[in-house]
Amino acid sequence: MSNNLRFKTSKFIDETYRISFKFNNKTYFGFKGDTLASALLANGIHLVGRSFKYHRPRGIMTSGSEEPNAIIQLHDNSSRTEPNVRATEVEIYEGLVASSQNCWPSVNFDVGGINNLLSPILPAGFYYKTFMWPASFWEKYEYFIRKSAGLGKSPKVADPDIYEHKYIHCDVLVIGAGISGIIASKMAAKNGFKTLLVDEKSYLGGSSIYDNSEFSKINNQITSSWLEKEINEISKLENLEIKIRTSVAAFHGYNFLLARENLTDHLPINQRENKVRQRLLKIRAKKVITATGSIERPLIFDNNDRPGILLSSAIKKYIDLYGVACGENNILFTNNDTAYETAMSLIQRGIKINAIIDNREQIDSKISYEVEKNNIEIYKGYTVVDTYGYKRINKISIMKLSKDGQTVIGDKTKLNCDCLGVSGGWTPAVHLFTQSGGKLKFREEDQIFIPNVYPSDQISIGSCNGDFGLEEIIKNTLSSIKKFLDIDNSEYKTVETISGLNQSKRNIWLLPSDKSIGKTKSFVDYQNDATAKDIKLALREGFRSIEHVKRYTTTGMGTDQGKLGNMHALGIISETAGTKMGEHGTTTFRPPYTPLTFGTIVGRNVGEFFDIFRRTPIHDWHVANHAEFENVGQWKRAWYYPKDNENMHQAVQRESKAARDSAGILDASTLGKIDIQGTDASEFLNRVYTNAWSKLAVGKCRYGLMLNEDGMVYDDGVTTRLGENHYIMTTTTGGAANVLGKLEDYLQTEWPELDVYLSSVTDHYATISVCGPNSKKIVSKVIPDLDLSDEKFPHMSFKNAKIDNIKCRVMRISFTGEHSYEINIQANYGKSVWEKCMEAGKDFNITPYGTETMHLLRAEKGFIIVGQDTDATMTPIDLQMDWIVSKKKYDFIGKRSLYRSDTIREDRKQLVGLLTENPEEVLEEGAQIVADIKKSPIEMLGHVTSSYYSPNLKKSIALGVVKGGKNMLGQKLIIPMENKNINVTVADPVFLDKEGERLNAKL
Amino acid sequence: MFLINCPFCGEREQSEFKAGGEAHIVRPKQPTELSDDEWAEYLFMRKNIKGVQFERWNHVHGCRKWFNMVRDTSNDQIKAVYKMGEKPPVE
Ligand SMILES: [Zn+2]
Repeated sequence: MSNNLRFKTSKFIDETYRISFKFNNKTYFGFKGDTLASALLANGIHLVGRSFKYHRPRGIMTSGSEEPNAIIQLHDNSSRTEPNVRATEVEIYEGLVASSQNCWPSVNFDVGGINNLLSPILPAGFYYKTFMWPASFWEKYEYFIRKSAGLGKSPKVADPDIYEHKYIHCDVLVIGAGISGIIASKMAAKNGFKTLLVDEKSYLGGSSIYDNSEFSKINNQITSSWLEKEINEISKLENLEIKIRTSVAAFHGYNFLLARENLTDHLPINQRENKVRQRLLKIRAKKVITATGSIERPLIFDNNDRPGILLSSAIKKYIDLYGVACGENNILFTNNDTAYETAMSLIQRGIKINAIIDNREQIDSKISYEVEKNNIEIYKGYTVVDTYGYKRINKISIMKLSKDGQTVIGDKTKLNCDCLGVSGGWTPAVHLFTQSGGKLKFREEDQIFIPNVYPSDQISIGSCNGDFGLEEIIKNTLSSIKKFLDIDNSEYKTVETISGLNQSKRNIWLLPSDKSIGKTKSFVDYQNDATAKDIKLALREGFRSIEHVKRYTTTGMGTDQGKLGNMHALGIISETAGTKMGEHGTTTFRPPYTPLTFGTIVGRNVGEFFDIFRRTPIHDWHVANHAEFENVGQWKRAWYYPKDNENMHQAVQRESKAARDSAGILDASTLGKIDIQGTDASEFLNRVYTNAWSKLAVGKCRYGLMLNEDGMVYDDGVTTRLGENHYIMTTTTGGAANVLGKLEDYLQTEWPELDVYLSSVTDHYATISVCGPNSKKIVSKVIPDLDLSDEKFPHMSFKNAKIDNIKCRVMRISFTGEHSYEINIQANYGKSVWEKCMEAGKDFNITPYGTETMHLLRAEKGFIIVGQDTDATMTPIDLQMDWIVSKKKYDFIGKRSLYRSDTIREDRKQLVGLLTENPEEVLEEGAQIVADIKKSPIEMLGHVTSSYYSPNLKKSIALGVVKGGKNMLGQKLIIPMENKNINVTVADPVFLDKEGERLNAKL
Repeated sequence: MFLINCPFCGEREQSEFKAGGEAHIVRPKQPTELSDDEWAEYLFMRKNIKGVQFERWNHVHGCRKWFNMVRDTSNDQIKAVYKMGEKPPVE
């Protein structure tokens, strides 16, 4: 069979290079230059898949990226398996293994085919209507629906291939290397524009490159030869970069485009090693020329989906480009002249055409007369009303169309065939244009949408702009490009064209049948099995907007986004509703134009680069000392340091006890640090913090609370006055960037008169906090020159010091309630100073502790953590921190909001301490707090925000927010859990050393 | 993705910027004098126009400067950018 179907005439096929491949477990052969589709067709294979809903046998329908049916699973090996690949786009290579997707157990015998018989009860919206009720049954339905509706398998292991991203800036981007794209590229590049030309196919020239007909000539040369010379010329142009196998996925605003460049998918697998598979190009073009061509329309008639039914242009391409005949007994069915070009290609190679069915009564073009001369019967004014053959078409029946084209008349004639080529005219590929925000207009005479309003510096040329005849394409391309680029057209002085085609067309969106519509299956969306009947049903049920009809019937919702059938859907809607085309909207085409793999989208941002993290200068020490880490913002922070198989709880209990009994050390380098300078620095702090700052002496530190303008707590931290006009502010680890942004915002936009300068110095310094009763002894060993006496260096003060001649800043501040010091030193000395502290603290059991212990220690003291004990609904008053809100200051950020009617409510959620009845019981953070368990529904009063077992107090402690909690001291509340209710008592949030004796102890 | 002409740096990609809401809302000089309603007006009420809108933008991954932008939200055309404190160059 294969011998009959392969014609050794195409220069695009290398017959000396034979390639074997596997499809559905059988081995076949093809040649270099074949796509999987052309190789299968050469082997007589049309049936390649089953449709999504009815599991109807489906064959290869097209020859390009618009393919709805031949969607296959590629699996070279398990880690490279890829679903939803179009067989029409896969270039075959040695070792290719592919299989049909939507069938079980096999494409030839498919269990789901039963749906086809059940189709009268599976109308549009069937899934919505049936499986919704009762809601609890959904889980059961879902299992069966998913099993029978397989749309490919995703890989189970990591993608072994390499992907990358590349930015490209160019003056002119030309999308599509068909005849108009080639002309445009040459004009742009020759006139000094840095030009990039991309095309999704593996060759240049589009469909004109295999246009070998005597009826299509440019300057008296056959179109394909003329174009070949042009391609030859432009490939030498320095100003022009050409990328084939490059598909533009998205056209965003401001001429920003994404394209996928496919680099290795066509190579034999053993040649792909260590090469980049695909590249995502991020293109910023000053000007964009869209020359994406057009897509042939199918015709909508009963059973128009059988294997062996192809677009007429696809049949032409298979024979002219790949040397493959799609059938031995062909019939063409058309409403325009395009099919006659296909007929000529078939006639030239002696392939049999049984008949041509043409919707038009009158056909008047050179090419049609030529076809008639070859004794091919043309049925003028006829339509196909039905097709036959389950896994491959074997017959059609035709009838005469009435004058208005709405009904069929006369007798039914049956004609044999094994291949039916259909042509419903052409739809401009305006997908990218509309993605960019372009507005379309409808052209009545040939029923197409064409670009109308351009949102950026771009233009559409060629058939994507609605120019179809050769003469029209060239003439309009030349004049548009000349105007668009503002150049003299010196490249193409005279271009004479000859074309045998005429642009007449008889457009009928839904062809009539002798059956009632309810008995027909005229597919509009092949991939999703949406029929004309479904669309009419949707309209009957009241849907009007195209977007609604689309979702209800799933028309255009497949991986092909309805590239073939969307226009027909619109046409049928407007015909049925009696409205104008476009009145119900045109569907929105969304990126990507063709599916992208995740690998391409993420590029090199995989593994440790997927979400980059920040390490403190002491990170390596933590790793060497077996710390477990916690993510805080982008930072990796030491969480706890387990010793000898300790679990987290045991480690945290040990660390917490050591810090209060003797000494603890914490890496606090991640705290945000903002250097503030300027003569108005004090005034600035006055305005951004709730408390007063003007009177803070140089060398002193102060804790500050920062609010949003709505009065809610935003961030907190200690700020130190380093000099008269110089402060260093610390922020929470996660809030650092936002705080800086907020401060800059106020400085630049509200108070530009203030002389204040901000710099982020977070990673300039390593910050080491040493706390506990022995901290003083340890720090005095590390910095012997520094006078640590309470008189010279009291709590909340700062000193400049030196460690081995390296300058450092030492603050005596505390987040644990213990006597403690914070050493800030240039980041690259951080690790050695940390090690010095460890050495100095050896005799005092100095214990490194992580964030978990830090949280526990501060909770014992009732210190809040912004973001844990607060969300964006807590004011300082809610937090019982009235003491930090200045009554004297006229204004600060958020002040006015603290006495809005809502913020002064007594029953707001307020921060309280919680003690469990059973001191061993530790509450769950996030658990709900209630008072009356019998009330229905139970009223939620608040929730637990922080909860720990305190080794120092030997009992469970928790912080929580409770409605009106401030006035509930001593009151009993309940924490209802899944299998028990826990009794708690509202307590003071400060659990340990309320008087500050530990902090102020003489050491 | 927009190409934004930062008044301090020139044309840069949108990913370097952060949008900051409606422009030309001045923080009241004497908030304590305002009623709850007046304060709420400043605090919460923002326009969301389909058409020409005045917006604040920050070149957050660049010069960190705030500036104003006039943008048509219906087609994302940027009509103008100008520094803080300057008058909008278009109506
Ligand atoms: Zn800038």
